[in-house]
Amino acid sequence: MTLRKYLVLAGVTVFAAAGDSLLSHGMKQTGSISIHHLQGVLLAILNPWVASGILLLLAFFASYMNALSWADLTYVLPATSLGYVLLALVARFLLHEQVSPLRWLGIALISGGVGFVAGGPALTSHAQDRDAKFPLLAKSARSGAPDSEVVSAGERASAASGRGER
Amino acid sequence: MSHVYTWGGILIVVFFSVVGDILIARAMKQVGDIHALLQRSGIWTVVGRILSNANFFLGVTAMAVAFFSLLFSLSWGDVSLVAPAAASLTFIGNAFAAKIFLHEKVDRRRWIAAVLVAAGVALLAG
Repeated sequence: MTLRKYLVLAGVTVFAAAGDSLLSHGMKQTGSISIHHLQGVLLAILNPWVASGILLLLAFFASYMNALSWADLTYVLPATSLGYVLLALVARFLLHEQVSPLRWLGIALISGGVGFVAGGPALTSHAQDRDAKFPLLAKSARSGAPDSEVVSAGERASAASGRGER
Repeated sequence: MSHVYTWGGILIVVFFSVVGDILIARAMKQVGDIHALLQRSGIWTVVGRILSNANFFLGVTAMAVAFFSLLFSLSWGDVSLVAPAAASLTFIGNAFAAKIFLHEKVDRRRWIAAVLVAAGVALLAG
């Protein structure tokens, strides 16, 4: 894991949290949407809060796709949930709102979950799939790492990206 | 009846979110490590590989369906139920789907993480 990759994961977290908040704020202003009045959807999208929320969610999506190109889905997803923790901390320490004990428990659970995943390798699969699809990529990835099956897929992937960055 | 609508909406959101996540994850694995690819071949190769990937478009479509289902569900049901239920069930659904369809090694560490995160999200988003 390089600093750049941690920044991508931070982008996933921050953009998801900020985008969701803006979207939720905007949807509260536009009111309920009925299946019989689909123009309500268009009105909702035209709301500036909803529109800004969608823009931030597009930034989230770009970071998310970037992260998924070098890490497992089950590794990246907990990073998105850290956004909830971020929002609760902002509510408590910047907006001085009351955060209930149940919410603190939620923060602890998510942080614990993220800690569990972050301790393991970022990539556990696909080495074989990708090797089959992109044999050249696999060959160049292997030449940088010791030729041993003990080396995890994550280490092979980071060896490949490390060489790319030099 | 409104419960049926609410939970029906939640399940539709979860289903399409999971399908979208799995397809996008598969597409990005097929594209390859973006950081390495950017250094080696430049941005247009990355954009070209993404835009020529069918899984990417199917995934985006599924995510769009999930997004609009969420908008509808939020207007039908109570936000304090729909948002946390959809978010936390998506985490559990993704762990199962990633193991089955993406062949990720969802070991004990990742199962515990999925359950902890799902429970935490349910508490925080409620």
